[in-house]
Amino acid sequence: MSEEERTDDEGGVIKKFMYVNRRAPYGTVYALESLEVVLIGAAFDQDVSMVFIDDGVFEIKKGQDTAEIGMKNFSPTYRALEMYDVEKLYVSQESLAERGLTEDDLLVDVEVMPDSRIADLMDEQDVIFTF
Amino acid sequence: MSILHTVNKSSFEKSSLDSCLRYAKDGSTLLLYEDGVYAALKGAASEEKIKSAMQNHKVCALGPDLKARGFSQDRVIDGVSLIDYAGFVDLAAEAEKVQAWV
Amino acid sequence: MPIEVSGKSLETDEEGYLANINEWEPGVAEVMSKEDDLELTSEHWDIINFLREYYEEYQIAPAVRVLTKAVGKRMGKEKGNSKYLYGLFPYGPGKQACRYAGLPKPTGCV
Repeated sequence: MSEEERTDDEGGVIKKFMYVNRRAPYGTVYALESLEVVLIGAAFDQDVSMVFIDDGVFEIKKGQDTAEIGMKNFSPTYRALEMYDVEKLYVSQESLAERGLTEDDLLVDVEVMPDSRIADLMDEQDVIFTF
Repeated sequence: MSILHTVNKSSFEKSSLDSCLRYAKDGSTLLLYEDGVYAALKGAASEEKIKSAMQNHKVCALGPDLKARGFSQDRVIDGVSLIDYAGFVDLAAEAEKVQAWV
Repeated sequence: MPIEVSGKSLETDEEGYLANINEWEPGVAEVMSKEDDLELTSEHWDIINFLREYYEEYQIAPAVRVLTKAVGKRMGKEKGNSKYLYGLFPYGPGKQACRYAGLPKPTGCV
């Protein structure tokens, strides 16, 4: 938990919310569900961050084209996050490397960092949702 | 006669691919589809596993699933054959049976 | 309940949003607005067309707060505010304009 409490203009307490994404986009519904929860939660003006680890890094791979598999390509929606004031996007360096990916493969601006740094960030949160 | 082994789960998350390769006999075919296709990526931790599987098996991956996930042929390990849905049907029809490692 | 647009019957969900966004044509907005007793002006169309472009780019129907901000960025402050947008779409610019534009209900709207 963070030591000092931050408040918004109306005196409401701002909490640190972290959404941890660790599933690939189309094989299961977790990635899409997570994205929807983040977009809905963005209305509450909290301090939100999104973390992509494990197969979650595949969610933001550039160039997805789902026309032939008959599913909706929801990857462009990650680019709308900024307009929802979700600007803290963190990606695990180890997870990228394990999958043969680099930062250039990603469709949004992110901060790539080692797992040890992500562990520290997790430690600072008030609430963590893992998908 | 030969078995067509299919794997549709990410090898980074589930052990389906490992199990499949442990039991697949030489000469059988491995088809990666859905999240299974990630194992076929160049430079990924699974690369050696797939390369060694290719010595005794024909290894295929479903093109539409790779495309959906943002990967073109140049990101796939050389020697892995990309097939489309019609190719999937052909493989299933040619095989004596299909073992789905779901 | 399906709606009739240029001789075709288009499926909608229980709240009146088009079931298939690809079936949209301008006549959809005309038919829906007529049912709401609203006459569409070029100001309405600017917002409807903006929403269609927004969906094309981001594959999402924006929350009203985000729509307001995005309209402001594109068309200026005098249009990017709730008063102007609610003036055009009294049932809520998010819900009503998205419905006319053939988009799904904005994510996060209840």
